[in-house]
Formats: sequence, C-alpha cells, structure tokens
Amino acid sequence: MRRLFRGLVPICRKEFLHIVRDPGTLFFALLIPILQLFLFGFAVDTNVRQIPTVVLDESQTQESRRLLESFAGSDVFKLSSYATSPEGMYEAIRSGKARAGIQIPFDYARRLQDGTTATVLVLVDGSDSSVAGQAISTATGVALQSSLVRVLPDGTMPIEVRPSVLYNPATRSANFFVPGLIAILLQVMTILLIALSLVRERERGTLEQLTMTPVAPLGLMVGKMIPYGVLAFGELCAILVVMRVVFLVPIHGNVLLLLALSVPFLLTVLGIGLVISTKAQTQAEAFQLSMGTILPSVFLSGYIFLIENMPLFFRGISQVIPATYYIQILRGIILRGAGIGELWVQALVLTLMGCAAILVAARMFVRQGAR
Amino acid sequence: MSETIIAADHLTIRFGPVTAVNDVSFEVAKGEIFGFLGPNGSGKTTIIKALCGLLTPSEGTGRILGMDIRKDAAEIRRHVGYMSQKFGLYEDLTVAENLAFYAGVYGLEGERAAERTRDVQKLTGIAPYMKRRAGQLSGGWKQRLALACAIIHSPEVVFLDEPTAGIDPVARRALWDLLFQLSGQGVTFFVTTHYMDEAERCGRVGYIYLSKLIAIGTVAELQRLPEANPAGTSRIQIDTPNPAQILDTVRAMAGVREATIFGRSIHALVDTDQLEALRAKLPGARVETIEPSLEDVFVTLTYQIMGAAK
Repeated sequence: MRRLFRGLVPICRKEFLHIVRDPGTLFFALLIPILQLFLFGFAVDTNVRQIPTVVLDESQTQESRRLLESFAGSDVFKLSSYATSPEGMYEAIRSGKARAGIQIPFDYARRLQDGTTATVLVLVDGSDSSVAGQAISTATGVALQSSLVRVLPDGTMPIEVRPSVLYNPATRSANFFVPGLIAILLQVMTILLIALSLVRERERGTLEQLTMTPVAPLGLMVGKMIPYGVLAFGELCAILVVMRVVFLVPIHGNVLLLLALSVPFLLTVLGIGLVISTKAQTQAEAFQLSMGTILPSVFLSGYIFLIENMPLFFRGISQVIPATYYIQILRGIILRGAGIGELWVQALVLTLMGCAAILVAARMFVRQGAR
Repeated sequence: MSETIIAADHLTIRFGPVTAVNDVSFEVAKGEIFGFLGPNGSGKTTIIKALCGLLTPSEGTGRILGMDIRKDAAEIRRHVGYMSQKFGLYEDLTVAENLAFYAGVYGLEGERAAERTRDVQKLTGIAPYMKRRAGQLSGGWKQRLALACAIIHSPEVVFLDEPTAGIDPVARRALWDLLFQLSGQGVTFFVTTHYMDEAERCGRVGYIYLSKLIAIGTVAELQRLPEANPAGTSRIQIDTPNPAQILDTVRAMAGVREATIFGRSIHALVDTDQLEALRAKLPGARVETIEPSLEDVFVTLTYQIMGAAK
C-alpha cells in the first residue's frame, strides 16, 4: 500500500508550495469562476416575458382594444409599437424591433356581433424557439379565454387550472441555472489547474526527473490531486455562499451532504485533468483539451436541455458525462431537498468514474514515462 | 577489475519500427567515471532510461548493482541518482525546499534527511543560497543544486545526462572536480556528453552512433584503435600561417582521406606513401605525424560507418 503511493507526501507538500508561490494564478483560479457565476447568474433568464410586439389594429373598436388589453395583461406580450399597414408590421419583425405581431382585421367587431368567427393574425418570429413557443401558447390561451368570456352568459369559467410550481415557486431561472452552473465552473477550473500543473512539469523537465526517482505513479497523481482538490473545495464553498447570498437561491437540503457528495465529482474531474495531462505535451495543448470538455458538459448534461428529450444516442453520451450526475445531485439537494436515499446512485457512479480516471491516468503515465 | 556496478548485456530497444538501441553491451566498475558519447538521438538517454528500469528492453538485459533491470526497477531507482541537462529543479521553490523535496521523494526522514542535506551542502558549497529561489541561481549553481538533489540519498550510481550543456567552463570544471571527489569515495558515474574534452577526463569512454556502440575503452586504447588508424595511413598536423586558405587544396591532394582545421593548423589522415609528396607540395608549412585526438577517432569511425551504410 505504502509502496503503491510512494512519494505522495512530498509531492503534495511541494504542490501546495507551488500554489502559494504563485498568488496570481491562485487569485484568478478562484476569482474567475465567481465572476462567471455573477455574469451567467444574472444574464440567464429563460422565462419569456415582455416580448416586444407590434400591433396593427385595423378594427379600432372597443372590442379590439379589449382583446389587446388581454394580450398586454398576459405579461408575455409587450405592445411596444403600432403599425399602420401589414407591410409595416412585417418590417418591424424583420428588422428585429418586434418579435411578434398582432393584426386585428377591420371586420373583427362586426364578426363578433354577427356571431361568425372573428380571426386575429398573430405573427411570431421563430428564430428563437423558446420565445415562439411561449408566444403561441399564450396567444392561443388569450383567444380561448376571450371567446369563453363572450360565450358564457355570466362570465364564470367552468374549469380553472391553478398551476402550483413545486420547489421553485417563482420559477426563477437563477434557482434552476445556478446549481447547474456550479458543476460547470468547478469542472473547468479543476481540470485546467491540475492538467496544467502536470504538463508544466513535463515542459520544464522535472517530470523526467521524477520518473527516475522511486515516486510511484499513484503517489504522483494523488499527491497532485489533494492540493487542487482542496482548492476546488474552497471554491465550491465560495460559490455556494454567493449563490445563497447574492442570487437568493435557497438550499432546501443538507449543505453537509452537498459538500460530501461533491467529493466524488471533484475526484472525477481531477482524474480527467490527469488523463488530459498525460496526453498533452504542452500547456497550450492541455488548455485546448480542457476546454474541449466544456461543451459536452454544458449541452449534454441536462444543464440546459432536458436529457429525456434527447435522441437515444445523446442520452447514452450524457450518461458518461460526470457533470450529468453532479448536476442531478446539486439540483436534488438545493432545489428539492433530496437526501442520500435519492442520490446514492449518482454518488456511486461518480466515485467509480473518479477511480477509473485515476487508474487510467496512472497507467498511461507509466506507459509513456518510458519515452 | 573490481566489482561491476553497471552492466548492459546485448541491450536492444525498439519503439515500433525504430531501433533506438541496437545490441549494446558494456560494463562499468565501481568508482569509475564512464563517459558516453554520441550525437543527439543516438540512443544515449534511452540507454539510461532502460538501465533505470523505465523502459523494458526489447531484447537483452542489464544489471545495476547486481539487480535485474527488468525485474527490480523500483528497487534500482532507490539506489540510483539522475541528473539531466534540464536539471529537474523547481524554480519557484527555494534551494532548501528543492533539497527537502528530493530528500522526501527518496524516503529520507528526520535526522537522516537533515544529515544528508548538511553533507550535500558541504560538498557543493550551496549553503549560502539555501533561501534563494532555484530560478534565481546562475547556471553553474543550478547545476550544483541539481547534483546535490541527485545525490541526496547517497546513491551508489549516478547517471548524468549531458550535465554540462550550456554551462560556462569554470562551472564545468567545478562540476568535474566534484565528480572526481565523489568517484574517489566509490560512487560510480555514467556521464553522457557532447564535449570531447569532457570525454577525455573519463576513465573509459563509449561511443554510440546510429544506435550502436561502435567503440569502447580508455582514451589511450581508443587512440590506438586499428579502425581509427587504418593500415598504411598516417595522421598529420600541418602548421601553416593561414590554414583556412589551403584547406581545400589539401583536401584535393592525392592520398588525403580527411582534413579539418584544428586551431591554427590542419589535421589530416593521409596515405603514408603519399606523405613525402604532400610535404613537397606544401613548402613553408611544417608537417608532422601526431596521435589522433579522441575527436579524430570518432570522426574517422563515423565516416567508416556512413561509408559502409552507403
């Protein structure tokens, strides 16, 4: 056992010295994720509200004005400009001034009175799918409700849906996105720091020197993981504080459990960083490879898109991405107050992935230490 | 000869289709300083790696201190020191921290580590710089620190891979003085180098070219090698006021096999029967026969192999 990890303690001690000797790197490593958290945390809002809408009211009646009021009252549409012709309306959408258009024809009021179907044209800019979807469903809802109000004699609805959103009652985007963002930020920082640290040794020739000493590959790997793991853990705590204090995202579950279940994830990303460092010959290469892990982790981990909606192939890929499991852990504990009973599978998978990554890195290191 | 410390036995190492080391055998005795010469890429570093157990030989084997390089790699590395031209120092750590790190890596603890640190400090004279960052040391001091780190665990064998590349002559000589001092204490050295003058300081020298060990022996033995002094030829030195002007003339003369400028004279290998004719063609120049230098020997051997390859 001792022999397997030979050299761990001196490597670990030396690595802490490197970190302390280079306060610039330390500062940026810790500060940049926090800055990004602010940036993304404030910028990302997936709730569609106040879509700028151009209106062409050819009817100019009490009825048409009442309909427009119901559109404006939905909070989804913001009647921002008025057109005088259909061409003007199209132009406003094409130029991007408006993302939706409502055209009420001149015979709108007359048809309502006659009892024939009055048509209202709603144009939606489809270039942003979430905006389009929200606009269409809201417009349909507005039309349905206005129709019912006209048809029903006393104006009371037979059925009323009262949606109640669990765990994130205000459907605030921050609550949903910030926990996922933690996984991405931690991953980028950790992979990059540890990969660079090993590749730097390769570039400077100290790695060659180490291979000539009795240091065991696992001693080297784990000796490097401990300092950067501690650093990442500190960063995690800082991020959680910012999330709680600045973005007011409540943590419904046990914070200690959250911290404990973060350890297997850190183990995994540190392991990935080590695998990258055995592949990369230069720091630039290590940087590129580290950056290459970001996109899959953002798009295929369920951070942005629902895994359930992905084609089978990508669903399969998402299952081998560590961030997938950690995001489930983060959201589970922070948003739903989940406990170990619900999350042990994720924790186990991450632990296994982490151990596998370290062993792979150690093996690759042995094989090419040779060269 | 005394106890054999390093032994390579028909060592062959291939990387895929490339043969980096081809059937190399030699032995180094206790306390010897063995010089290993050869151009870049000739396989010098690969042999060191194989002897330290980092590479498994494709064929053949080797022994360090009686241990098999195929089986006892981990144990070998505890008894072997290594210093490369890159020095392997952490420039952001102080001299003391570098020494402490390597002491730790070699498993020295407590009083033993302190004692060895004092020893290498005394030997290398680095004590006044203990608190300085390694990156701020001059090349010569870096080199001494690297040597101090490489011998902190009192290894019986030390491999030096081009230890003096890019170091000024004073620092080079200081390093060699240290090596002789240690070799007097029974430490065995395996030194690779490009420098002929350094090779001449070594007790014995091996010359590797195109992955093959083509000559091995003491400097005197190598100078008398029949391959370096082909029958019927003489090695001569031509002293002339302006050797550069007549070099091409000399090269074009009948019987001249090689000619090169050496300081203010020309060294040439000529057919002995043409010697008088040559002397007659160079009035005003002093022509005398000499012993080949180590460089002459290696150049001649290299040309022969290149000729054979064609």
